[in-house]
Amino acid sequence: MSSLAVPQTDPVAGSTPGAARGRPPLRRRTALIPTVTLLLGALYCLLPVAWVVIAATKSGRELFSTFTFLPGTGFAGNVRDLSAYRDGVYWQWMGNSALHAGLGALLSACVSALSGYALATYRFRGRETIFSVLLAGVLMPPVILAVPQYLLLAEADLTDSLLSVLLPQILSPYGVYLARVYAAAAVPADVVEAGRMDGASEWRIFTRIALPMMIPGMVTVFLFQFVAIWNNFLLPYIMLSDDERFPITLGLFTLLEQGANSPALYTLVITGAFLAVLPLVALFLVIQRFWSLDLLSGAVKS
Amino acid sequence: MPYTKRRRLVRSAVALVLGTTALAACGTESGDSEGGSGPVSLTYWTWTPGMDKVVDLWNKGPGKEDQITVTVKKQASGDTLITKILTAHKAGKAPDLVQAEYQALPTLVSNDALADISENVGDAESSFADGVWQQTTLGTDAVYAVPQDIGPMMFFYREDLFKQYGLSVPTTWDEFAETARELKKAAPDKDLTTFSASDSGLFAGLAQQAGAKWWTTSGDQWKVSIDDPATRKVAKFWGGLVKEGAIDNQPMYTPSWNKALNTGKQIAWVSAVWAPGTLTTAAPDTKGKWAMAPLPQWSAAENRTGSWGGSSTAVTTDSEHQRAAAKFAAWLNTDSEALNALAKESGIYPAAKNAQTSGAFLKPPAYFSNQADFYAKAADIAETTAPSAWGPNVNVAYTTFKDAFGAAAKNKSDFGAALSEMQADTVADMKKQGFEVAR
Repeated sequence: MSSLAVPQTDPVAGSTPGAARGRPPLRRRTALIPTVTLLLGALYCLLPVAWVVIAATKSGRELFSTFTFLPGTGFAGNVRDLSAYRDGVYWQWMGNSALHAGLGALLSACVSALSGYALATYRFRGRETIFSVLLAGVLMPPVILAVPQYLLLAEADLTDSLLSVLLPQILSPYGVYLARVYAAAAVPADVVEAGRMDGASEWRIFTRIALPMMIPGMVTVFLFQFVAIWNNFLLPYIMLSDDERFPITLGLFTLLEQGANSPALYTLVITGAFLAVLPLVALFLVIQRFWSLDLLSGAVKS
Repeated sequence: MPYTKRRRLVRSAVALVLGTTALAACGTESGDSEGGSGPVSLTYWTWTPGMDKVVDLWNKGPGKEDQITVTVKKQASGDTLITKILTAHKAGKAPDLVQAEYQALPTLVSNDALADISENVGDAESSFADGVWQQTTLGTDAVYAVPQDIGPMMFFYREDLFKQYGLSVPTTWDEFAETARELKKAAPDKDLTTFSASDSGLFAGLAQQAGAKWWTTSGDQWKVSIDDPATRKVAKFWGGLVKEGAIDNQPMYTPSWNKALNTGKQIAWVSAVWAPGTLTTAAPDTKGKWAMAPLPQWSAAENRTGSWGGSSTAVTTDSEHQRAAAKFAAWLNTDSEALNALAKESGIYPAAKNAQTSGAFLKPPAYFSNQADFYAKAADIAETTAPSAWGPNVNVAYTTFKDAFGAAAKNKSDFGAALSEMQADTVADMKKQGFEVAR
């Protein structure tokens, strides 16, 4: 799709695409078709978001009776009802999600950084095998592992606990893969070698030299994993049975599926879904500044 | 392994039909170690809102005396919960008590997940209508659950609009079709109702009313009769109405369906006793304008209804305290204090007969304040519920229904073909699972 755009220089691994300081552009035929396509794509993605935002402002009475994109008057009431539902269990779900996603993504980023760095820097027997297995893991949707993971953790009596949700999500094949690719590009062998010459231990080289260079990549891993855990449904669904431990995804599901004789709490679910997106948006905005480091990092000139 | 195990279960279930008690071994072999006394704590998976408050009554009252404490773990309802229970059961970690819809009981029993509690529920049977109780025994001598709520089907209509268009309330399905056509003549942009291909439970209930028995056992085998004359009659009837455009073909429970009810574009709804709750959120502006009548009949001489929804409380084979759990299940669904609380906190329509016309059910629901005898009428209708016959893979039948009837309703094509597909897929899945299916 982007083939009509101005030809770019080869992007350096890890650099922000599109920010490449290229040759002077061949001057500006505004490519109409790609632009329109992208605009349509953006509209397609944003329309449901707009729907959620607007629907969250409608009271139960307005939800299905007023025009879809006409903001309602019930937002404060919806939030109040949501907070009152079962003594504020919604905020507990939100807290659980934050805990699962925050801790899980942090640990996952650490594990990914360590293993990615090791795979990129050291040469040892079986390295390529490990990497191939990892690639296979990237292709495997985590969803199909949920039930086997449950059965395994049940053996260890760990189900229905925080650990049961954290453990399976700490090791992310995709994170390790990304960390390896990133470490290979961002941590030059020369630098590691120089560290060794100066007598630094391997651990010190990793923590003091390599890790800072890998930070932008690790922020990406953190973010990906955070979003993945925040949105994960099946794993916590199978693992957890106590609704005070539920993350937000499960909690909202129980609000929808209350059995035939009680109506689905649409307004609460929509408001809840809207509020649940906000932390993700905030996270992206905050973390953006780490990404800009990207362009400045790099210790040797190529 | 599941093959032989399931075969064994079908066999023993069948043996029970013949009057032996072979299955009792299944229920108690896992041991009821509570024997003596000592405090017992039980976990209970349920989706009923407000159940924690009802359970508090137990924990402070009879449960305290018996030292049996129950903890509610609220779940989402639906087929996914069955999967979750079965997964937990595979690991031996299912909760002591689960809430299960009637049509899910055979699935759970054939996976050996539910305990036979016939010896621990006392005389609970006397509190329920035969047709309701039969769903928890699966026609055997065992008892796999205690009925909690039921969903006898009824006909709901906009009283004011029926008057405005000069329509009378249909008592037979022929009249129902006539009413739909008359309305089309009087107001072409309105529909009497819709045929929703996404609600398998509704179709199952309508077939049940017509006398269908989708799953039965005979000898050593299951028999699947989804494509039987009764169901075909129902499918043909609704397919015909959709095809000629006399009713709408859009699914229920969507925003546009809510809007259609709220604005009076659809003026009637074939539903069940829990409809007031749904209408309260779906059509808030039409409160007090609806009325309830019995479901139309296939012939004027009949008086039967089907059921849509309803659930029970079951004890799992994984529970180490099956007797205590059964005691709680019986209390929850037969004790008048518990039933009152269930009605008040959870808005359920009780399966227990005497609760249907007492306590919270002396007054009509707020949405139907115009119909003073709502619950008296409902109890009479509940009495006429036709027996149901569920099998071990209702979920598969339901999924095929959604696909096949969904396509047929959209294209306004033949519902008969969709029904044959439902039959074929259900039988194929049962064979794949290792059940013996009669031809």
